[in-house]
Amino acid sequence: MVGESRVKETLKDRAPEEQSEQAGLIQQISVREAAPTEVDPWAGEKVFDLEHVSVSYGSSLAVNDVSMTIPKNEVTALIGPSGCGKSTLLRCLNRMNDLIPSARVDGEVLYHGQNLYGSKVDPVQVRKLIGMVFQKPNPFPKSIFDNVAFGPRILGLGDIDHRVEKALRGAALWDEVKDRLDDNAYGMSGGQQQRLCIARTMAVDPEVILMDEPCSALDPISTAKVEDLMNELKEQYSIVIVTHNMQQAARVSDKTAFLIVEMDAAEGNRWGQLVEYDETDRIFTNPQDSRTEDYVTGKVG
Amino acid sequence: MEARDTIGAFGRGGADRPPPSLEASSPRYGEKLIKGFLASCAILSVITTTAIVISLLLPTADFFGEVGFTDFLFGTEWAPTFTPAAFGVLPILVGTISTSLWGMLFAVPMGLGSAIWLSEYASPKARKVVKPVLEVLAGIPTVAIGIFGLVFLSPVIEGVFPFMVNVPPFSAGVAGLAIGLMLVPIIASISDDAMRAVPGGLREAAYGLGSTKMKVATRVVFPAAISGIIASLVLAGSRAVGETMVVLLVAGASPNLTFDPGSSVLTMTAFIAQTATGDISTGSITYDTIFAVGALLFVLTLIMNIFAIRLVRKYREVYE
Amino acid sequence: MRPQSAGNSPEISGSERSRLATAGARAVTLAQLSSQPRGDRFKGGIFLALLLFAVAIALLGLVAIIVQAAVKGAPAFGMDLITNGPSTLNPEQSGFRPALLGTLYLILGVILLVVPLGVSAAVYLEEYADRTRWWNRMIELNVQNLAGVPSIIYGILGLAFIVRGPLDLGFILAAGSMTLALLVLPTVILAAREAIRAVPPSIREGSLALGATKWQTIRRQVLPAAIPGVVTGVILAISRAIGETAPLLLVGAASFVTFAPTFFGDNGYTALPVMIFNYAARPQDEFRVLAAAGVIMMLIVLLAMNSFAIWLRNRYEQQW
Ligand SMILES: Nc1ncnc2c1ncn2[C@@H]1O[C@H](COP(=O)(O)OP(=O)(O)OP(=O)(O)O)[C@@H](O)[C@H]1O
Ligand SMILES: [Mg+2]
Repeated sequence: MVGESRVKETLKDRAPEEQSEQAGLIQQISVREAAPTEVDPWAGEKVFDLEHVSVSYGSSLAVNDVSMTIPKNEVTALIGPSGCGKSTLLRCLNRMNDLIPSARVDGEVLYHGQNLYGSKVDPVQVRKLIGMVFQKPNPFPKSIFDNVAFGPRILGLGDIDHRVEKALRGAALWDEVKDRLDDNAYGMSGGQQQRLCIARTMAVDPEVILMDEPCSALDPISTAKVEDLMNELKEQYSIVIVTHNMQQAARVSDKTAFLIVEMDAAEGNRWGQLVEYDETDRIFTNPQDSRTEDYVTGKVG
Repeated sequence: MEARDTIGAFGRGGADRPPPSLEASSPRYGEKLIKGFLASCAILSVITTTAIVISLLLPTADFFGEVGFTDFLFGTEWAPTFTPAAFGVLPILVGTISTSLWGMLFAVPMGLGSAIWLSEYASPKARKVVKPVLEVLAGIPTVAIGIFGLVFLSPVIEGVFPFMVNVPPFSAGVAGLAIGLMLVPIIASISDDAMRAVPGGLREAAYGLGSTKMKVATRVVFPAAISGIIASLVLAGSRAVGETMVVLLVAGASPNLTFDPGSSVLTMTAFIAQTATGDISTGSITYDTIFAVGALLFVLTLIMNIFAIRLVRKYREVYE
Repeated sequence: MRPQSAGNSPEISGSERSRLATAGARAVTLAQLSSQPRGDRFKGGIFLALLLFAVAIALLGLVAIIVQAAVKGAPAFGMDLITNGPSTLNPEQSGFRPALLGTLYLILGVILLVVPLGVSAAVYLEEYADRTRWWNRMIELNVQNLAGVPSIIYGILGLAFIVRGPLDLGFILAAGSMTLALLVLPTVILAAREAIRAVPPSIREGSLALGATKWQTIRRQVLPAAIPGVVTGVILAISRAIGETAPLLLVGAASFVTFAPTFFGDNGYTALPVMIFNYAARPQDEFRVLAAAGVIMMLIVLLAMNSFAIWLRNRYEQQW
């Protein structure tokens, strides 16, 4: 634990430095001096641009008309009651929905301006760039090492040993498993398995990591570890996370989207609708929509 | 910690890279080739069926060029190798039905009894022993069961019930009993699966009303699992009709048009096996007869199998 | 045939659930109204006794087949059984050497054919086939159907298509292998499908989410995880092929071969069950003793294979 908090310390110290390198030192300072409290949170680079995205399974609509932009190097949280289509929306971002024959995506998902569902786009290529961590830890029935090495091997990336170590260190797992890399991953605790899955994703060097309720199967200590990890990861990756845990969304995310289940009483149809998407602070302290307020304050759902 | 330093090399977040390409890096012809190969292996099964149908159909057509269709189906005398020859299939069809019926008469109560016991009464421990043992029984080669019938069952039954074995050691009834031994595990195993697939809530509701175990088993579980149970019976019936070695050894070789269990009968399978083993020339009427009988056998079992597959699907759909 | 387990904690559709529930409730209520408690206990006892009788008879059948063969065959046990060929002059020293070798070769051929073909077809049906397409549903139904076609029909297919007809290989051992392979192919496909289906979708998703292609996912994740189940299925299918007699009678396994066979040699071959059948069909008791000894030999091999398959399944099957 001590080691980890130290990692966070150094991270905080370094973060502004890296930013300034990127944006240009002088400009950064002048912006800050001019309007120290008015930095536009939406000014940064975007990874995804969703334009009127609807997803249906067969003839039934699951998510209706979502438009939002997902910023780079931030954590974006999707919250909302069960069945509102959070997983569905998340899975469209790396074309995991392709695996469900009945799923159909309408509207446009732009990734750096390119339509993710364009005719020339290769879903395999998409998933190389946009990794995913699932709700239930799903390690492969292989050794810890082989779990992490699998991605780099199939993608033909070099220096496997080094990569595996880097990824495991990145997922804050190295110290726990370095002496038993050849053990089967099924012998690990649930929390370790989930961090292994995160390491596995990091090992193939994606740009975006999608996480679908990554902590829902974990105990509080493991959850804290994974949350710590997310704060570090956003330096290198853009993260979209689905969560049922409001505190978690508040703790780890920069932006939050709130979806609800809309119902058509006459026909009995239900679908997910985006209610509000904003900075996490605003969603939790000053939401614009009363439904958001009711949800985040625990009045409903 | 050095973790942070090494991580820096990862991730595309920090660097100003051009937007990554989303197009396939290679056309991956290999993947398509593999899919094609796998599909052709699956299609082999269709080719097998087609080949079966063709190989039965062509000689059968020749056969009906020489023998009338009604003479075959409704004729009561079977003597294809005699002169003058007779091609009435009824005696060997009845022979098949007779041995199968006697087999089912034994196997249905024994198999269903075992299934009910396995699914409703047996302790998990007993189940774990008895079910695999029954499955081993299902795996005993039928030639071994035939020998058991010929060398053991037939003399023993002849001693106790002489009317069961008219022409020692051959008897349709004894052949049926031996077939029945082989059918019991099929019925028991599939029916047990079907009954265990009945939701536990249904049983609990019935017990909650104070029913006895027997009532729950016979009036709740059994009716609820009926389509799976019937499927097991139909599959067993199809097995009985297609069984060759047992009847070849125990039922004898006389094409008698009778259901008498004590009589010796010739079945369709036994006729095929017996006749095809001898050296017969392609295109002769005897050769064609084998295929005509084979075609009839194929059609009979096909109908039974499709019926059983439908039923199994039905109960799987309901409970899964 | 090893029946597939049909889910133990099943979900059922709403309307079907209520239909079953009302049917069950009605049956139970009727039963309640018409029952007398004391008579119930008595009837329940009789019922259980009948069930136990059924199980006992089924198990007794198994034991009787084995014990009878062991007792009858005991005088013939010895190395002669393995090292000697058949001899009409002195049956006491006859053995099964050419038959054992024949079966060994036949099975080798079956394994070589059936493993790649069966696993490939299973992979196609489970991983690639889009079930909304009629041709894929047809292939599926076809495989299920072929699994129920009587073995003698495969003999006819072998005779008309492999020995003669299009392939025209003649009565050689390789033709026997191909016939047996076609016979057990559906069983292998069904077992392999079951094993592949048992690999949870989350494993596939995890692999695909890393940017693996479909084939990479199958080749590196799904198949390795399915191997224990596939091997178990293959062993059970092979043990069926070992005992199959009827189709071999049609594709030329001869009764009396005194020399070691080869795959493509045209001077005849035989197999263990065929030889057993031939010995058993002779009237002299010495040959029946030999047949019984052969049965025991065959059962030992089969039992060993079955136990190995079960052990393998328990030892290596991944618990998800
Ligand atoms: N494979 C599928 N086929 C058909 N409908 C589906 C499928 N997956 C999800 N749905 C439907 O889509 C809707 C949204 O489901 P989704 O799993 O995305 O919700 P969610 O917000 O992730 O819920 P939870 O919080 O429970 O995980 C639901 O009504 C669900 O029934
Ligand atoms: Mg979800």
